[in-house]
Amino acid sequence: MSVVRVENVDISITRGGIKIVENISFEIAPGEILGLVGESGSGKTTVSMALLGHTRKGAVIETGSILIDGHQIVGAKEEDLRALRGGIIAYVPQDPGTALNPGLRISKQIVESLEKHHPEQSAEVHMARVREILTEVALPSDKDFLMRYPHQLSGGQQQRVAIAIAFACRPKVIVCDEPTTGLDVTTQSRVLATIRALCREHGVAALYVSHDLAVVSELADNVAVMYAGKIVEIGNRDEIFFHSSHPYTRRLIRALPDIAGRNQILGIAGYAPMPWERPAGCAFAPRCADAQAICSQEAPAHTQITQTHFIDCHRYKDATKIAPTPRVDRDVVSASGDNFLLSISALDGFYGSRQVLFDTNIHIEPGECVALVGESGSGKTTLSRCIGGLHDDYTGEITYFGQVLGKHAMERKKEQRRDIQYIFQSPYASINPRRPIGATIGRQLDLFFGLKGSEAQMRIKELLDLVSLPHSIVTSFPDQLSGGERQRVAIARALAAQPKLIVCDEITSALDVSVQASVIETLNQLRESTQVGLLFVTHNLALTRTIADRVAVMRKGTIVEYGGIDSVFNSPKADYTSRLLEHTPSLK
Amino acid sequence: MKRIRDFFNQGGLLLFVVGRVLAGIPIVVALSLLVFMATQALPGDAAVAYLANTATPERLALIREQLHLNDPIWLQYIHWASGALRFDFGTTLTGETQVTTILAERIQNTLILMGSSGLVAIPLSIAIGVYSAVRRGKLFDNVSSLITLVLAALPEFVVAIFVVFLLATNVFQIFPAIAFIDPGTLAWSRPDMLVLPTLTLVLAVTPYVSRIMRGSMIEVMESEYIQMARLKGLSERTVILRHALPNAIAPTIQVIALQLAWLAGGVVVVEAVFAYPGIGTVMIDSVKGRDLPIVQAITLMIAALYVVLNILADIGTILSTPRLRTKYARKNVKSDVFAAMGGDE
Repeated sequence: MSVVRVENVDISITRGGIKIVENISFEIAPGEILGLVGESGSGKTTVSMALLGHTRKGAVIETGSILIDGHQIVGAKEEDLRALRGGIIAYVPQDPGTALNPGLRISKQIVESLEKHHPEQSAEVHMARVREILTEVALPSDKDFLMRYPHQLSGGQQQRVAIAIAFACRPKVIVCDEPTTGLDVTTQSRVLATIRALCREHGVAALYVSHDLAVVSELADNVAVMYAGKIVEIGNRDEIFFHSSHPYTRRLIRALPDIAGRNQILGIAGYAPMPWERPAGCAFAPRCADAQAICSQEAPAHTQITQTHFIDCHRYKDATKIAPTPRVDRDVVSASGDNFLLSISALDGFYGSRQVLFDTNIHIEPGECVALVGESGSGKTTLSRCIGGLHDDYTGEITYFGQVLGKHAMERKKEQRRDIQYIFQSPYASINPRRPIGATIGRQLDLFFGLKGSEAQMRIKELLDLVSLPHSIVTSFPDQLSGGERQRVAIARALAAQPKLIVCDEITSALDVSVQASVIETLNQLRESTQVGLLFVTHNLALTRTIADRVAVMRKGTIVEYGGIDSVFNSPKADYTSRLLEHTPSLK
Repeated sequence: MKRIRDFFNQGGLLLFVVGRVLAGIPIVVALSLLVFMATQALPGDAAVAYLANTATPERLALIREQLHLNDPIWLQYIHWASGALRFDFGTTLTGETQVTTILAERIQNTLILMGSSGLVAIPLSIAIGVYSAVRRGKLFDNVSSLITLVLAALPEFVVAIFVVFLLATNVFQIFPAIAFIDPGTLAWSRPDMLVLPTLTLVLAVTPYVSRIMRGSMIEVMESEYIQMARLKGLSERTVILRHALPNAIAPTIQVIALQLAWLAGGVVVVEAVFAYPGIGTVMIDSVKGRDLPIVQAITLMIAALYVVLNILADIGTILSTPRLRTKYARKNVKSDVFAAMGGDE
């Protein structure tokens, strides 16, 4: 008996009637976890919120039926929804940092749903339950802890508090919206274990929304894949991850970085269409290698393959199976010190009186990619900012082709500033929103090479080709571009300077996996064709393996392990590295 | 500088307050210098004003000597400032009375007026701000937006005249248009006289504070923790009063403090309109009579009030924001450091 039963749900924007999601159907049984995967704009969050009867402002559940433990959600009165929310069905937010109230103590935030849904119980019973649930999510439950505010907890603790809030009233269903996105791998794996255990023990049905297929593969019993507002494939875990027939699912899995380093990753060209630009027929057709005429004319039917496996595709029977491209092991033999592109020796970094980097030593050779991995607070971004000349509070030396670099970018020669380029994490914040893309890239050409006019235009087009962006983009403004396109613009801007070294600071963490894969492909090709060196900063170990030659593992400001990527990942020497590898989710 | 700042930051709220008061001293000194220079720059000569028709060159010279008007200007300042430190602003020019004696009673009347205005205006504007944010885009919000915009655009003496027109003379005759308060009695002995001046100041202050409150409340209502509170099934009333309001008030405190400080200046004009016996009427009379010691004393006090209210606003902001409050409360320093280091994960 399913406790969640969703049938033919359409959700659309009230003004204009554009459908955000269409024809959504699935069921979840008690104790079962359904993973809902999809890239940004696929409508997965819209679907998950609909289970709680909540829609974004201006959107409405138009047709269909959502039964939660026998209660109809569609068209229910606000008052009846309030009785269900937090009691029968609870929500675990994506970012507990913003979803917990900064002005209320955590005990209050947990106890208030009990007060709301079980007013018949005494305050002592409520507090006893608060203590019990905190223990279940492996948090302390002493008075000192209960009296804390959210800002006095770490990110992992905050997420556990959010889970405790969700489970406080013993709900029958929980909805988790990417609850581990902002967490480090070790914390993530503990939070996932907590969610899994609570669902199993108490027979709670869970909808787990995520863009991270590896996480879903470790957690979910069944998986639904969403694309452009529709569930294009749904089945049990093995059917989706190992016997998928939908071209999109297959490509998505191939875009996933593999921690074991067996295969190369493969991006999907283009990007998922927004609700108002979805094409007729199958929405994936424009990006699909197997598409035929019928795909862009007729929407594919919902076809049953096995008892549990359904698919929406015209071509699932004879779609090409893409054989994974095996990855070649890439352990490099070090060149001699004179040829080092960049060399960092005995660097100690500080924020005022606090030391954050301890005796760091790294070198990068031309055309090489060195990955800097570590959890948040490990100092990896500080180190890359030192290299970029953005953080000058350090002692020790950074040399560039044997010459000591000035600490601040302003103390460096113009050629040095040109040769070392920096790409920031967020393409939303690092590109001037008031300049067209052409001007953003052209500025570099003018500044470093004095290129103007038609010459500059030619060069801009070459650069756009390099990062696979259409030429028409030069007159666009950043807000007209998707995240992946913006990050490519940032890469093109860095390449405009013809750099010898690019510092990439978590450049793919804001991107979808398919886009991430194509950005990585682009960088790998550039490395071969231009011999540019990369310092690739990331917390994603699996990703490291697809791009890096060597890796430095950082912990609390110290490099705990440094060596060739395959030797480090195959036989890690530091305990910390093994722990990171062990907690990194992967398809198994 | 940095080490001094660190010392105060680590020492809890009390040390923070001490630090802010110490930092306020140079500001008040600078203000006193400005006040002194500005009053010196006023056209006219105190000695001429003092003697009026009876001025002869000999008597003028004598008076200038008595008032130290021949001393170099910096000496005059030091003379005046050292007096001000002991709350001795000298004697008035027109009589032999001490400035402080004249001001003592008037200040109380002004504080009564400011206090009653603040007590009405602050809760009222918070209520209006919250309610318009909750009813955003609805009738109440649109109407209150329009009214507050009009009121904010009008100078307070226009508002005062309008209030008199409406409630004292032409339309209704409910309250007295002029505040006849006997010398020697305080304003609260005649509450009816207080109504119109208070109402004027309330109308002048409410628009600003309610608009800021509305904006702050709207921002909070769109935050994720409000969505989270709703998804817990809490009633809208609980969501607004317990989850949104406390977080929306903190940013408004600074504006409230600035508006209260503004009241101290705005009161001058309003008192003049209603002939209310506070420092405002004294101020205007003194400016007319070139009675510099009084003008200087009042201006300096208003300026110092700005500094004090700003310090109070900072303390208020800290107390109403848990993140700041725990930073300054000593016993929790340990758990903060703990969280900053990544907790016990």
